[in-house]
Amino acid sequence: MNASLLSTTRLSRSFGGLMALSELNLEVGRNSILGLIGPNGSGKTTFFNVVTGIYAATSGQVSFDGRDLTSQSPQTVYRAGISRTFQRSRLWLPLSIFDNIIMGDHKHLASGLLFNLFCRRRLKAQLKESLARARELVAIFDPDLADRLFEPVANLPMIARRRIEICRALISSPKLLLLDEPSAGMTREETFSLVDDILEIKQRVDDLTIIIIEHEMSVIERITDRCVVLNFGEKIREGTYQEVTADPQVQQAYLGVD
Amino acid sequence: MNQHPSAPVSCLPALLAVPLGAVFMALSLGSESQGLVFGLLLGGSMGLGLAHHLGWLDRAGCSAAAWPRTFGGAVLVAVAGVCLWFHDDPFVLFLIATVLVYTLACFGLNIQFGFVGVVNFAGASFVGVGCYTAAILTKHTAIPHLLVLLAGGLAAALVGSILLIPVLKTRGHYAALVTIAFALLFKIFLEVNDVMGGPQGLKSSGLKVLGWDFNRDVSLGPFEGSFYLNYVAMILALTVLGFILARRLEESWIGLKLDAVRLDELGGACFGLHVPRWKITAFTIGNFYCGVVGAFFAMMLGYIAPSNFAFGDSLILISIITLGGLGSLWGTVAATAIVILLPEKFQILQEYRFLLYAALVIVILLFRPQGLLPRPLRRYAMLQRDGS
Repeated sequence: MNASLLSTTRLSRSFGGLMALSELNLEVGRNSILGLIGPNGSGKTTFFNVVTGIYAATSGQVSFDGRDLTSQSPQTVYRAGISRTFQRSRLWLPLSIFDNIIMGDHKHLASGLLFNLFCRRRLKAQLKESLARARELVAIFDPDLADRLFEPVANLPMIARRRIEICRALISSPKLLLLDEPSAGMTREETFSLVDDILEIKQRVDDLTIIIIEHEMSVIERITDRCVVLNFGEKIREGTYQEVTADPQVQQAYLGVD
Repeated sequence: MNQHPSAPVSCLPALLAVPLGAVFMALSLGSESQGLVFGLLLGGSMGLGLAHHLGWLDRAGCSAAAWPRTFGGAVLVAVAGVCLWFHDDPFVLFLIATVLVYTLACFGLNIQFGFVGVVNFAGASFVGVGCYTAAILTKHTAIPHLLVLLAGGLAAALVGSILLIPVLKTRGHYAALVTIAFALLFKIFLEVNDVMGGPQGLKSSGLKVLGWDFNRDVSLGPFEGSFYLNYVAMILALTVLGFILARRLEESWIGLKLDAVRLDELGGACFGLHVPRWKITAFTIGNFYCGVVGAFFAMMLGYIAPSNFAFGDSLILISIITLGGLGSLWGTVAATAIVILLPEKFQILQEYRFLLYAALVIVILLFRPQGLLPRPLRRYAMLQRDGS
């Protein structure tokens, strides 16, 4: 079996003259947690956006689970088993917690007009089943939240919104989860509790690979197996957290040590 | 279950509010003198203000939300009661039918604008497509009239598909401009097209269903009433059907997808949402509603002309759904009643009706941008019903 779930070959993306991502070669092993670090503007989020099909790649290839996913639409990428969170929370604020989470499982929500309008009994059964699943998933993160699934997301604090975003990404049982700065806008304690949640999820789910973009180095240290450091769209170092942070080039680029 | 309020809400406040509203409507519709109408309006507003101040409005609202079917049924009975009260007054019945015609068309626009977020400034044009379809079909063919209603809807949906590509390729203001351009084009097309009667318009025959002639006065045993009772009953049935279907759509997976498209297309796409598909679905269903309404309207009026489907009429439709609250079906019902009946009962306002609409919309956008009866949080009433 191929050990790597996601691999990119010389993946590039430019905006006009700016190389946001330059010839990136990356291998992400199955069931591993990879940390993606680097200063602001180093191309981390661009990498997520290219992989998830929001931006087409300028050149290079993305292959996922033995399939070529280069420059596919976001819909295709999602169906292949990749889901993500966003750096700036991107929930449907006027909708309820339940609606936000269950939209993550969109591929299982019936689309037929006649079914939705007239097969009310089966629709109801699906709703109940979805509700139970959403509740079970949310309860792992926050049991209190699981009892409030029909409140609008707009009323919730940042930490709850992050958790809901992660639940939305997880409910479709993806093979690869992309977390874009989950700790942004949260306190240290909140961040730690979120990391606990992520590790717990990882333990419960059999086949889940995670790539995490994070500035909070304690998070990276605690949960990642390997790290990739980007700078100006290029990979400058790869290895375990200890190896990477010991590298003088990384320290200069990222940690600001001369 | 989460959806249940902690304490059970009684259905009494809602059931009490409905007859009060019905009596008020009946009084307003029946009063002839301007002074009386003005007095009623003033009294009604003050009554509403007081009820709001005492929290009665909120209580009635909560109660109606907890008992949607009971409340809907009560409103239906109340409207039917008001119609029967005025059974021999053709003008009042015609007014009620007009309100229902606008309501049903606005349900369609609400599916487009309120649910999926595609604004359609050509609502009246799609009503017009239905009208002309009915006029032509009833004149040249012997298709049963219930099928003519359906044909009107299908024709409007089909004509709407011309607009699909420009509407999908553009967003926001630009998509709105596309529909405005279509509304203007449509009217000019009708005016220069001699086959369709040109500026003089077309005659349409009256509605006949299963041998029942809608243009004959009703006489059932001792009961006698204006022939408009037929039309009111028909459009009331269509409106109820339209309401139920729109509500079912809203509370289904499709309703969720439509909302997701409106709120964040890119976020939705990252979870597999096919944005164009849902815009097409909602746009087509909305136009279908307008077309059915149009076919009915043509058969009720008996005569249609291009001036009935001017851009101004489309603006009225948009004003109604903005006034009522985007995506709010009950809001649409309330707003239509206000927007259609107020100028009719206030003869002084008749000439300045567009001024009134403009002022109403501005006031609403300034002070209550969510509309008169804002759309509540999406919920699934069917989960509530079994009491689990």
